[in-house]
Amino acid sequence: MDVILFLVFAIIAVVCAINVVVQAHPISSAVSLVGVMGSLAVLYLLLGAEFLAAAQVIVYAGAVMVLFVFVIMLLNAGAESRKGHSLMVQVLAVPLLVTLLGLLAYIVQRIYRSDTTVHFGGFTHGTPQDVGRALFTGYLLPFEVTSILILIAILGAIVLARKEID
Amino acid sequence: MPISFPTTLDLGRFLPEILLTVFGTLFMVLDAVLQKRSKNLFGHLTLLALAAALGASLYAGSEPGPAFGGMLVVDGFATFFRVLVLGVGMLIVLSSYRFLARENAETGEYHALLLFSLAGQCLMASANDLIMVFIGLEISSIASYVLAGYLRDDKRANEAALKYFLLGSFATAFFLYGVAILYGSTGTVKLDQIHAVLTGPNAPFPVFVTLAAALMLVGLGFKVSAAPFQVWAPDVYQGAPTPVAAFLSAAPKAAAFAVFLRIFTTALEPIGTAWEPLAWGSALASMTIGNFAALLQSNIKRMLAYSSIAHAGYVLVALTARSDTGTSAAMFYLAAYALMNLGAFAVVTHLSGKGERYLTLDDFAGLAQKQPFTAAMLTIFLLSLIGVPLTGGFFGKFYIFKAALDSHLVWLAVLGLLNSAVAAYYYLRVLVMMYMHDPSQAVQEAEPLSHGLQLALVLPALGTLFLGIFPNWVLEFAGHSAALMK
Repeated sequence: MDVILFLVFAIIAVVCAINVVVQAHPISSAVSLVGVMGSLAVLYLLLGAEFLAAAQVIVYAGAVMVLFVFVIMLLNAGAESRKGHSLMVQVLAVPLLVTLLGLLAYIVQRIYRSDTTVHFGGFTHGTPQDVGRALFTGYLLPFEVTSILILIAILGAIVLARKEID
Repeated sequence: MPISFPTTLDLGRFLPEILLTVFGTLFMVLDAVLQKRSKNLFGHLTLLALAAALGASLYAGSEPGPAFGGMLVVDGFATFFRVLVLGVGMLIVLSSYRFLARENAETGEYHALLLFSLAGQCLMASANDLIMVFIGLEISSIASYVLAGYLRDDKRANEAALKYFLLGSFATAFFLYGVAILYGSTGTVKLDQIHAVLTGPNAPFPVFVTLAAALMLVGLGFKVSAAPFQVWAPDVYQGAPTPVAAFLSAAPKAAAFAVFLRIFTTALEPIGTAWEPLAWGSALASMTIGNFAALLQSNIKRMLAYSSIAHAGYVLVALTARSDTGTSAAMFYLAAYALMNLGAFAVVTHLSGKGERYLTLDDFAGLAQKQPFTAAMLTIFLLSLIGVPLTGGFFGKFYIFKAALDSHLVWLAVLGLLNSAVAAYYYLRVLVMMYMHDPSQAVQEAEPLSHGLQLALVLPALGTLFLGIFPNWVLEFAGHSAALMK
C-alpha cells in the first residue's frame, strides 16, 4: 500500500515538476508547482512526518503559492515567447542534464544501497508534539532569534516604503 | 532531546546580542513616540548601546564556553570578532552624524537597522551551529540591504539596494543548499559534531561533503565579495550612502570571514585538501581582479570597492594556508583593514558634500593645502592600505604571506606580493592628487571637520599606527584564540 501510494505521488511530483519548466505561461507553471508541493506533502506523510506534511500544505501550497500567483498577476505577465537559444545551450543542455542525473543516481545508490536507511513509517518523531518540544527546548535559541529576523524584515519594509524622510 | 532551560550563564554569553536587540527595538518605539527630539539623540543612544554591548562582550569573553547547548560558543575568536564589529559600528555612528544631518535624513530607523545588523554579526561570530550561522547571516544581510537603500529618493541607492538584495538572497540560497547537503550526509548541524563525523569511522561519501563545502564557499564568497562572486560590490558601494558603504566593507565582511574561518578550519578541516584548491583560486582571482580593476576607476567609492575585493583576496590567502598562523593572520588583517578602510571612507563622507556630488579622484586635488589635517589622516590610511611599514596594513600583509609560505603556498604568496605592488599605484594616485594639485571645487566648498568626523578619523588612525608599531599585542591574542578554536 505504502509503495503504491509512494509511486503514485512520486510520479505526480516529477510530472508536475517537469511541467513547471515546460509550460510557457507563468500561471500554468504556478499551478503545476502546487501539484509538486501537494504531492511532496503526501510523501512526507508517508514517511511519518505529520507536522511537516501539514506545514507543507499550509505554508507552501497555500501561502507561498498565493504570493506567487499574486505577483504574476500584479506584473500582468503573459506567455513567454521563444527567442533564439544560444548554440551552447542547445548543444550542451541535454548531455549535461543526463550527466547530472546519472551522477546523482550513482551517488545515492552508493550511499544508500540498503533499504534499511529509509523506510515507510520508520520515523516516529514527526508529530506536532515532538516538533513543538524540539522547538522550545533544543532549538529555543534559533526559534527566538528568528523573531528578530522577522522584525527586521518589517522594519525594512517600513523604511523602504515610507513616503519621505522627515 | 533533554529539556533544558537557558541558564544565567547562557544568557550572560548571549548578552551583547540581547542588548543590541533591546536598544534597536527601543529606537523603533522612540521614533514613533517622541514628538520633539533633540538633534543627534539616536546617534548618542546608539553609541551608548554599542558601548554597553562592547562591555557585555568583554564580560562574556572573560568566562569562555558554550551556550544554549552548543548553539553558540563564546571563545577568544568570538570575542575578537564581536569587539571588532562593535568597534566598527561605533566608528560608523561617528561618521554618520554629519552625513545624516547633511542629507536631512536622521531617523531612529537608521540606527535601529545598524544595531540589528550588528546583532546578526555578533551572532555569526559566536555561532557554533549551522542554523545559528544562517540566521545570523540573514539578520546581518537583510539589515544591510535596507541600509544600502536607506536614501529612498536616490536612484543609485535604490539600484544598489535591489542588486544587493537579489544577488545576496541568491548567494544565501547557495549557502543554505550547502548546509542542507552537509546535514544530509553527516546528520548534524553542530560544527564540532560535523568534525567528529568526518574524522570518524562512518565518514560520509566525500563527494557530497565536498559539494557542500563548495556551495558554502560560493555563499560566503559572495558575502565577503571574493571573486568570482564580486560583481555586486562596486555598484552597491557606489550607490549606498557613504557611511553605509564603509559599514558594508568592514562589519558584515569581518563577520562573514569569521564564519568562513570557523566552518572551514574546524568542521570542514578533515576535507581541507578538497576545498583548498577552490580557496586558492578564489584568493588569486580576488586579488588580481580587485587590484587591476581598481587601477581603472575614477570614482573613489568604486576604487575603494575594488580595493575591498582585493583585500578579501589577501584574507582568503590566509584561509588557504589552513593553519593556526593563517587564522590569526586573517584575524589581524581584518582588524587592520577595518580601521584603515573606515578611515578612508570617513574622508570620502567628509568631502563628498550634500547629495554626494564630489566623488571623483579629481575632487581630492589640493586637499593638503586647504585641510592639511584631513589630508594627513587620509595619508596614513592610504599608506596602510598599500602596506607601508609602521602601519597595521604592513604587518597584516606580512603575517598573511608568512602564513602562506609556512604552508608551502609559495606561488600564491609571490602572486599576492606582486598584486600588492600593483595596488600601490592607485593608492599613490590619490596621494599625488592631494598634495601636488591645486584645490578642486570640492575642496574649496568643504566644511571644516565636525567633531564626530574628527573622532572617526583620529581613532582609526591611532589604531592603524598602534597595530603597525605594537602588532604583537593583537597578534598574540589572535594566535591564542585561533589555537583554542579547535
